[in-house]
Amino acid sequence: MNAVPDLIQPVFDFLNLPDWLRLVAWTVMTAVMMFLTIIIFMAFLTLAERRVIGSMQARIGPNRIRLFGLPYFRGLAQPFADVIKLMFKEIILPTGSNKFLFILAPLLTAIPALATWAVMPFWPGFTVANVDAGLLYILALTSTGVYGVILAGWASNSKYAFLGAMRAAAQVVAYEIAMGFALVGVVMAAGSLNLGQIISAQSGGISNWFFIWLFPLFIIYFISGIAETNRAPFDVVEGESEIVAGFHVDYSGMAFALFFVAEYINMILISALTSIFFLGGWLSPFAGVESLPAILTTSGLHWLVFKICFFLFCFLWFRATFPRYRYDQIMRLGWKVFIPLTLVWITVEAVLAVMKIGPFARLMAN
Amino acid sequence: MSANLNFVVAYPEIFVLTAACVILLVDLFVSDRQRIVTFLLTMVSLLAAAFITVQYGVAERVITFHGTYVADPMGTVLKLSTYGATALSLLYSREYLQRRGLFKGEYFVLALFAMLGVMVMISAASLLTIYLGVELLSLSLYGLVAFDRDNGIAAESAMKYFVLGAIASGMLLYGMSMIYGVTGTLELSQIANRIPGIGLNSLGLAFGLAFLVVGVAFKFGAVPFHMWVPDVYHGAPTAVTLFVGSAPKIASFALAMRLLVDGLGGAVEQWRPMLVVLAVLSMAIGNVVAIAQTNIKRMLAYSTISHVGFILLGVLAGTVQGYQAAMFYTLTYVLTAVGSFGVILLLSRQGFESDALDDFKGLAKKSPWFASVMAMLIFSTAGVPPFVGFTAKLAVIQAIIGIGYTWLAGVAVFFSVIGAYYYIRVVKLMYFDAPVDNGPIQAGVALRTVLSANGLAVLALGLLPGLLLDLCARVIS
Amino acid sequence: MSFTEILFYVFSAVLVVSALGVITARNPVYSALWLVFAFFNSAIIWMLLEAEFLAIILILVYVGAVMVLFLFVVMMLDIKVEELRAGFTRYAWLGLPIALLVIGEIGSVVWVKSQDDKALGLSSVASPAAYAADYSNTKALGQLLYTEYLYPLQLAASILLIAIVAAIVLTMRKRSGQKVQDIGAQISVKAKDRVRIVKVAAVQPETGNTVEGQS
Repeated sequence: MNAVPDLIQPVFDFLNLPDWLRLVAWTVMTAVMMFLTIIIFMAFLTLAERRVIGSMQARIGPNRIRLFGLPYFRGLAQPFADVIKLMFKEIILPTGSNKFLFILAPLLTAIPALATWAVMPFWPGFTVANVDAGLLYILALTSTGVYGVILAGWASNSKYAFLGAMRAAAQVVAYEIAMGFALVGVVMAAGSLNLGQIISAQSGGISNWFFIWLFPLFIIYFISGIAETNRAPFDVVEGESEIVAGFHVDYSGMAFALFFVAEYINMILISALTSIFFLGGWLSPFAGVESLPAILTTSGLHWLVFKICFFLFCFLWFRATFPRYRYDQIMRLGWKVFIPLTLVWITVEAVLAVMKIGPFARLMAN
Repeated sequence: MSANLNFVVAYPEIFVLTAACVILLVDLFVSDRQRIVTFLLTMVSLLAAAFITVQYGVAERVITFHGTYVADPMGTVLKLSTYGATALSLLYSREYLQRRGLFKGEYFVLALFAMLGVMVMISAASLLTIYLGVELLSLSLYGLVAFDRDNGIAAESAMKYFVLGAIASGMLLYGMSMIYGVTGTLELSQIANRIPGIGLNSLGLAFGLAFLVVGVAFKFGAVPFHMWVPDVYHGAPTAVTLFVGSAPKIASFALAMRLLVDGLGGAVEQWRPMLVVLAVLSMAIGNVVAIAQTNIKRMLAYSTISHVGFILLGVLAGTVQGYQAAMFYTLTYVLTAVGSFGVILLLSRQGFESDALDDFKGLAKKSPWFASVMAMLIFSTAGVPPFVGFTAKLAVIQAIIGIGYTWLAGVAVFFSVIGAYYYIRVVKLMYFDAPVDNGPIQAGVALRTVLSANGLAVLALGLLPGLLLDLCARVIS
Repeated sequence: MSFTEILFYVFSAVLVVSALGVITARNPVYSALWLVFAFFNSAIIWMLLEAEFLAIILILVYVGAVMVLFLFVVMMLDIKVEELRAGFTRYAWLGLPIALLVIGEIGSVVWVKSQDDKALGLSSVASPAAYAADYSNTKALGQLLYTEYLYPLQLAASILLIAIVAAIVLTMRKRSGQKVQDIGAQISVKAKDRVRIVKVAAVQPETGNTVEGQS
């Protein structure tokens, strides 16, 4: 819980709010602000995806709809046009589908994707909810996101959708284990489950960031993250060339939009978490270098956003360049490569800590 | 801290666990033709475990790991016998497994983990450890029984074993929870201390005790909780039957000793009548039903049930003499049972199980030496002097006469005489009937040598029982 | 009644309802979803008891992994619950008294106070004091598990390992008709194993004679 900043206090005084309500009101306000920011970020991510992949494939991408008819930034308003289109489309309920679960499924996908952001540390001292076991909270919530996909596939009463759902169930469970083990390494290094403290444990220059000593875990975490979000090259869940669009083949309008929103928010989430766990979150890589301008050496939101954007670009880059994995190859990679690798690296880390080598020596101090 | 976590006394368990994991990993890099490496590694591990157990054996009882682990001389002896039983059964089963395509690394890993479960039960100082040991052993055994996955009978017996075993575990847990509720502790020594304060008339204690005894009886295979024994013995591959019949019996004995004697020794008057019923029924049903069997594995299963009755007789005596007799009985029974199943494995070939009684017809003409080994083992099981089975039965009967249960001794003798009928029938088949099967014995030198030694050991121990009896007397006092 | 107590009763009631839903739902997928809901509610009750680690682990393990695979299987199998329910009334006479007995036993443990002071009832136990604000359930559990329960913990781990080994042994076997990829064979394949370059002489259309040299 964050203290109400002085800037807002006069507004609350004017409204004559009681003390307990001020805290509640402020928390709600931060949550809403965060929610809106993420949604807008997500909207432009869809545009960025189309433009980036377009230029990688030597095409132009959306370039028609201008923001308020401004002469530059062609295509900037494309996301809004898409939203308006989706909002006015009819949500078709297929005959023979399970109506209740069909409607529930997109919500079950979108809600955990948004709720996870509650524990995200954006800049020093700011999170909507500062939970001690924040990392566990994130793991728990992201693991429930798959229900929407499974239920969507089942409730549609369509073979393609069902195949997609089955693939999603197996894939998510497989990669969740590798992801969890990678995070065990992070928790061991940081000595805390609190995201803010995980970042502070990496402070003191770029050499303290976990991606150096936990490099295999860093790579595995990010790739598992891509698999968890069902993005290319792990998008057999959708697999448009084989099972049309997988679990959401029967969805249209806003119901489809919710799946879409959840997928992109999860992409941002994985990028943010990778930055926090391995690249020091809001920490600046140039901390302590006097000759650079202050904006580069101070830690803050801008560094987190920069790192998030870098990983998002990787997401798009991978989609543009890699061919899709076959289903059994995905399973092999998850179970036979990633899980053993993470286990080995956790052991290496433990040995390093006990032998007092590298930055983990401080773990044995207490 | 160090006083509560005494790793040194637990070196045997630590070593066996590590060895099993290493073997599991090594096996991954061994091709099917070199699978013998896994087997040899397992044997070396057993030898090393024995060495470690002797090296770090304790002279006095030591309780460590915050009251969950106990090391005492009885444990050391039981563990050494467990290694021996495991080594013998793996040695006997090697060729059988190779011929049937079951010679896989996981077989040995499962066997080692089962053995670890036995060791955990032997060294259990709290209800929690006992339960975990029981589960470790049972899970490994379920896996082993179903190991021949394409064999329908084996799969069926594994399923039966699994379901009944789960019920037994449930009973055991239920009893443990009641004992815990009444005494407020999981540590067996603490339970023993608190029982006088609670009083023997406590309803919770009586209920808990009843469930615990049921659980123990299930694991022993005592009547009326014996349903799984014949099916599992019959259905499992003979190599697995051999294993199920050996080391787990030591575990059952250890389970009874730790739970009923170490923990609930104060309530001996409470559990003795229950064990009397179990023992009498086991001896009766086991011996009588065995007569009707035509399959020797099934017959030996019923024979096991009757022997369990004898072991329980020793335990229910509730005296040091009784416990010593029960331990002696268990160890010698395991030695004899391993040998008997070993002979079945010896005679089996590709596509020929040699598990029907008729397959033993005329064995004396085919191989006089192994017929005589089998005869020695069978006579010992029947309790004919001068073989060790007689000494064991004598010791148990002496123990129960010692507490004034002369009628029970009479019952035991009566059913032994009935049992002698079907044991001696096997001898008759081997010596006086014409052979049905004329295939040669294919077993290798190692199996032949060790099996012969096993048979002779039964005779030697019968002639000179003093050594083992002294050992039992020394470790239980 | 404090706010926490109200919360407790609300979530307990929902938990009981969802537990009933598990056994009464006609569709096995609904049963599984009711169970997921029940897990969520019990997690919340755990949270109220200041056991946040257990609460989150319950969701992570049971909701996030176990129930996903459960749903996977339930959806694949197409179970006809009606057939399973067929014997329900036949065994009700046996089940009902047992259920009543268990309810009675639980009731006696929770509410009944016996004559002597060794009551089993809840009244004989003082309610535990609330923990300090910096109390960490995660840390407390970790400290207990790795000291006092070290040996049982390792044994439990061995049991899980052996369960994995046994399950893999029993299910992973060579069956005929399996389409398994052999990576080693794929990598070691040479061009000449797959493609055979055959020199075919061109044929004169009219005469059918082969033409040597240029066509």
